[in-house]
Amino acid sequence: MKKIIPFFILALILTSAAIAQIDPSLLRRFPKDTTKPTMNMDAVYNRPFLQVGKLPVALGGYVEANYQYLSEDGISEGHQFQMRRLTLFVASTIYKRIKFLSEIEFEDGTKEINIEFASVDIELAPLLNVRGGVIMNPIGAFNQNHDGPKWEFVDRPISATQMLPATWSNVGFGLYGKKYTDNWVYAYEVYLTNGFDDKIIANSENKTFLPASKENKDRFEESFNGSPLFTGKIAVRNRKIGELGLSYMGGIYNKYQEDGLTLDKKRRVNVYAIDFNTTIAKTNTYINGEWAWVNVDVPDTYTEQFGRKQQGGFIDFVQPVLKRPMFGFENAVLNAAVRLEYVDWNKGTFKSTGSSIADDVFSIVPAISWRPTAQTVIRFNYRYNWQRDILGNPPSKLAGFQFGFSTYF
Amino acid sequence: MRNQILVLGSILLFITGGIACEKMLPKAPADDEILDGPIEGLTPEQHQLFLRGDVAFNDEIFTTATGLGPLFVATSCGTCHAGDGKGHPFTTLTRFGQTDNTGNHFLQLGGPQLQQRAMPGFLPEQIPAGATFSRFTPPANTGLGLLDAVPDATLLSLADEKDADGDGISGRPNWIARPAYTTLRPGTIERNGKYIGRFGKKAAVYDLMQQTANAYSQDIGISSTYEHYDTYTGQEIDPEISNQTVLDVVFYLKTLKAPVQRNQSDATVNKGQQLFANIGCDKCHAPTLSTGPSSIAALANKTFHPYTDLLLHDMGSGLDDGYTEGSATTPEWRTPALWGLGLSKKSQGGQYFLLHDGRAKSIEEAILLHSGEGQQSKTYFQQLTAEEKNALIRFLESL
Ligand code: HEC
Ligand code: HEC
Repeated sequence: MKKIIPFFILALILTSAAIAQIDPSLLRRFPKDTTKPTMNMDAVYNRPFLQVGKLPVALGGYVEANYQYLSEDGISEGHQFQMRRLTLFVASTIYKRIKFLSEIEFEDGTKEINIEFASVDIELAPLLNVRGGVIMNPIGAFNQNHDGPKWEFVDRPISATQMLPATWSNVGFGLYGKKYTDNWVYAYEVYLTNGFDDKIIANSENKTFLPASKENKDRFEESFNGSPLFTGKIAVRNRKIGELGLSYMGGIYNKYQEDGLTLDKKRRVNVYAIDFNTTIAKTNTYINGEWAWVNVDVPDTYTEQFGRKQQGGFIDFVQPVLKRPMFGFENAVLNAAVRLEYVDWNKGTFKSTGSSIADDVFSIVPAISWRPTAQTVIRFNYRYNWQRDILGNPPSKLAGFQFGFSTYF
Repeated sequence: MRNQILVLGSILLFITGGIACEKMLPKAPADDEILDGPIEGLTPEQHQLFLRGDVAFNDEIFTTATGLGPLFVATSCGTCHAGDGKGHPFTTLTRFGQTDNTGNHFLQLGGPQLQQRAMPGFLPEQIPAGATFSRFTPPANTGLGLLDAVPDATLLSLADEKDADGDGISGRPNWIARPAYTTLRPGTIERNGKYIGRFGKKAAVYDLMQQTANAYSQDIGISSTYEHYDTYTGQEIDPEISNQTVLDVVFYLKTLKAPVQRNQSDATVNKGQQLFANIGCDKCHAPTLSTGPSSIAALANKTFHPYTDLLLHDMGSGLDDGYTEGSATTPEWRTPALWGLGLSKKSQGGQYFLLHDGRAKSIEEAILLHSGEGQQSKTYFQQLTAEEKNALIRFLESL
């Protein structure tokens, strides 16, 4: 997989060299179809792209960096400057209804380099598109619609990254389609991909942790156990009311046989999610949330430390408070926002005492964000987390300030 | 212009809010509210060792890839000893198969410790038919280096095996076989090749090295050069952890601070302390001990207040599970240290689980389950007025 990166960099250098030589008037922003309401599933294409002259390739990306000062139970790691991620997109229309898009992400400096998305889409009919390659499994909304500049918060939602494995991509194939009526859009997506592995119950987090499977980079070339992961989503959007999505992702996560020999019984992981977003017309308040349930067939003879059931989600409220030219930016917006989030990594009761298992976190993040343009956000967050261990002892408290920007380029 | 001031204003407010307002950051819990943390007087170099051990003890979670199991009870030390406080029944250890000083007769069947959890696809152990067993809830890991540095001679001077003073209390040490990899403590006393054990609820462990190597092997299924038999196959296998890590953890345990008493000047607490002595609780729960020499200067020649004599006492048939270790008899238990008792709920999920198997759900219940050598002082306790009982419990909670 790493082999791809030099090509990418080469492409960038070539195109930037090209840019240096060409008349800037030839650079144009990729036209976006704004007549139709867009949904979370459109997020991959609904991004600002830059096209150079008549080149068949459009480029884009985003970058985010931040400063933070957090303190947990009185102990702080001090002042931290972080380059969270740099993401590059390359899109091209191969033929009228054949598109290719790829998204490559450099996280935490260059500690992690991931292909988040790299697939070819063939439109046979509006209701029947074929997609193949590295796809983002459409579970919940955040996984598909995760670009930093779209959010008023420095951190990604805890439930999306610490319970669900966002951003979670896999190799596979599938179908999707949409149907428009006057005020409504109906959409579906179904994919079969490679999937999870047994790291979800054998990891250094000491809890059932779906994101641990992201460590397995081999999943881009071989399935851990030979059984595909199914992901399916249906969503509806009404121009006036908003969007509602229901999604499911599930499959066998353990290695139940090898070389024809049985190692264990087949064990499933199932994830259900609901997501919605709306803008209240009267106040222009944007509300966006997601809730998910995970259940994992953990062997009874394993340890209760690893939860059989999990649930969690987040809800964001974003209120524009000022919308007018500021510092010479024509369409600048100042927002006040707040995020509430919760994750319970281990829903259940102890066999030994019958009392309930905690292992949860609740957090509140008030924020102010300033958008000089829609594509750029400068954000100030205050975060407060209450996290309890598995026994439900007094929570450890983490709080602090975060300041950063995120912008498409 | 007005807008711009508003934008700048709100941004500045946020930043200054952050910097100026330490109040918006969570405060560190007071030193007397937590057990975690090093003793005073360590050198910077020793702080580094302590931190390394802290990480290995609390943060290193074992998986199949790093050697966990195949049989195990938990995935890390910190899982059972969260915040170094007392543990919860969910992390209870069960041991079986020994009824007297002739040793464990179920070694071939997985004894002494039950590994009731297993990697997927493996069968965990079960207690074999005919084996008696005890359950052990994890004790607090606190002030262990001080307890470790008390000379053997002190323990012998507290012992009264034949009850010469006729007070019905006859503490005695557990004489045990000492693994070769342990280090003799200065002035250690040997009898017929046996040594005095002082850790574990039956006092069957010589020192923190043995405790740690054993815990890795028996509790987590991690072999080391010290304990290199796999608990599943019974075969000698490669070490799954470095000697350095084991030594770091031992250093960490040794240099954990002693709990700090709270409400020391409270009149009720003081009255309770008096009663504790008056009704003879202190005959076993010895309030004060002193260390001898130690290679760690911060531990040498210190006086401290653990409320234990580190000796075995016959606690009567109610607490006799029919299982034992070393030369202890089945109803004999090592007096547990009472320091840190008041913080137990904070590590046991908001509830007390006291005595060796967590059967007592309150301090009072724990006292009322004393019998045998503890019968006399329990009777005195029962004769106290409600107010006096309350004072005694307030004192115990202040520890
Ligand atoms: C499965 C839970 C569990 C795990 C894992 C565990 N312990 Fe323990 N620990 C216990 C229990 C239960 C006891 C009491 C056992 C006894 O009395 O014999 C104990 C006792 C101890 C003691 C003796 C304290 C005293 O006052 O006598 C020390 C020290 C200790 N553990 C350290 C460790 C270290 C180091 C590790 C990791 C290598 C570890 N434990 C892993 C449950 C656990
Ligand atoms: C004969 C010695 C002896 C005397 C006297 C004695 N204890 Fe104990 N105590 C013990 C032993 C041994 C245990 C542990 C028993 C077990 O775990 O099953 C214990 C356990 C306890 C516990 C539970 C501690 C824990 O960590 O679980 C408390 C509390 C306690 N004693 C308080 C008292 C009080 C108060 C008195 C006076 C009324 C008293 N004891 C008198 C020996 C004694």
